[in-house]
Amino acid sequence: MNRTLIVELESLRKEFGDLVAVDGASFSISEGEVFGLLGPNGAGKTTILHMLATLLRPTRGTARVNGYDVIKQPSKVRKSIGMVFQEPSSDDLLTGYENLKLHALLYGVPRSIREKRIEEVLDLVDLTDRKRDFVKHYSGGMRRRLEIARGLLHNPKVLFLDEPTLGLDPQTREHIWHYIEGLVAEQNISVIITTHYMEEADRLCDRIAIVDHGKVVVLDTPENLKRELGGDIVKLEIKGPDLKAVEALPYVKKVEVKGSSVFLTVTDAGSHIQEILSLVGRVSTAELRPPSLDDVFMHYTGREYKEEGEEGGFWERAMTASERR
Amino acid sequence: MSELSGFYALWQRELKIYLRERSRIVSSAINPLLWLFVFGAGLGSSVSVGEGDYQTFIYPGIIVMTVIFSSIFYGAYVVWDKKLDFLKEVLVSPIARSTVFLGKVMGGATDGVIQATIMLILAPLFGVKAGLAFGLVYLILFILVVGLVSIGLVIGSMMESPEGFGLLSSFVTFPLFFLSGALFPITNLPAWLSVFTALNPVTYGVDAIRGLMLGTYAFGLLTDFAVLVGFALVMIGLGTLAFRRMKL
Repeated sequence: MNRTLIVELESLRKEFGDLVAVDGASFSISEGEVFGLLGPNGAGKTTILHMLATLLRPTRGTARVNGYDVIKQPSKVRKSIGMVFQEPSSDDLLTGYENLKLHALLYGVPRSIREKRIEEVLDLVDLTDRKRDFVKHYSGGMRRRLEIARGLLHNPKVLFLDEPTLGLDPQTREHIWHYIEGLVAEQNISVIITTHYMEEADRLCDRIAIVDHGKVVVLDTPENLKRELGGDIVKLEIKGPDLKAVEALPYVKKVEVKGSSVFLTVTDAGSHIQEILSLVGRVSTAELRPPSLDDVFMHYTGREYKEEGEEGGFWERAMTASERR
Repeated sequence: MSELSGFYALWQRELKIYLRERSRIVSSAINPLLWLFVFGAGLGSSVSVGEGDYQTFIYPGIIVMTVIFSSIFYGAYVVWDKKLDFLKEVLVSPIARSTVFLGKVMGGATDGVIQATIMLILAPLFGVKAGLAFGLVYLILFILVVGLVSIGLVIGSMMESPEGFGLLSSFVTFPLFFLSGALFPITNLPAWLSVFTALNPVTYGVDAIRGLMLGTYAFGLLTDFAVLVGFALVMIGLGTLAFRRMKL
């Protein structure tokens, strides 16, 4: 792979007082790549994104986006990126169309192609028939789609998606994923996604950086990250388990006991579950699942993946938004 | 020119929102009318201000009052834009901060001028005939409003919550109003008080408009005009700085 690098971070660091939010992040992203920043809330993902978007000034280090330095050429950087914030940031007293028109004017999209571009991005997110409605009448998912469309309107080189499905219901989440996959396939664009859902990163991203306490702990493809774990997770509820026989099995990579629960990491668990169950004896419940972020995270950081206080979710923000004025 | 189109877009947005929220227009017209009828008629029955009627005398002052309150309060919408995160969308765009500020000023100034117009339409009811001078009244009001909106925006750029904004802005609005000569002539004040009125830029706005409408000046139109232009320019400068330093 010898593709153009579109985003390059060099020991990027951000301090807020005594708190080190981002502790020397260095990595790069190629043209056309979908890159995920994965980690718990408060890990520093959004801070990285905001520094790349020139909304925050790095304390040390720098980054280049589309070849422009985020500290020295902020205006050119901002022109090169499309940003979809974690919180809804469209104006709900304007219609969908008006929000897009405003965006086009702010980014200096030439008049000759302005209307055509607005039509195109509306079409991409299936909002053409709702474009005359006020955004306050949109659902959370529609609003998110509108903001994705808006982020694409000025043909950016990189699209930043900050927790694109936070607080959305599973069906809407699926819908949003579908749109993101569509635009990656159709447009030649790099995408950076921050998320704390493993599933999301797994499905959408070419490569993932796991971020914890402001540091990039590991950076790899989702396949490699999971392969590193060695298999799926089997959770068993057993009273007084006898695990010697199970531990000896070649496809059982790891055995962990927490209270009455037993966690096994098993290669190709689906075809081996029968044998495991017959060896451990009477099981009250058994659960088989692919490794989650929790597991991957624990593997690389040695501690459990904990939500550090759900920071104002999409819906809370949307509620505040509708109560304004 | 994306700065220019950005400026236009931000102004348009402010105007659309203003026109879509009718309650803002209605409430801004009702308050001054209460002042004129209740305060003007009530106090006017026992106060004399030279030859004219008290209601007529305070009419220019009440127009200025309308724009003081609405213009400075307009800064609260910056706080809302922060809370709504709409401000992020604007600040992440390639537009310069100074353009963002000027777009906001223009939006607020337009709101203020529309409100003043509603009041001016009612002028004949209060025995005020300004005739051709109305053009100049508009110009004076516009310059005054630009300065006042900038004050509101500076406060708004510093505050995190609408409550905080309300608290700080009332510390500014009430002295600006009461020390402007809107409700009383400033020519025979005690010396200490006239120092304050002379330092208050709004005084010159009231003086100019009252002069244009009723023919009596305390300072003269040229002085008033010069002070107001200076005030507006200084405030635009401060506002631009405040917006550059504004954090999300």
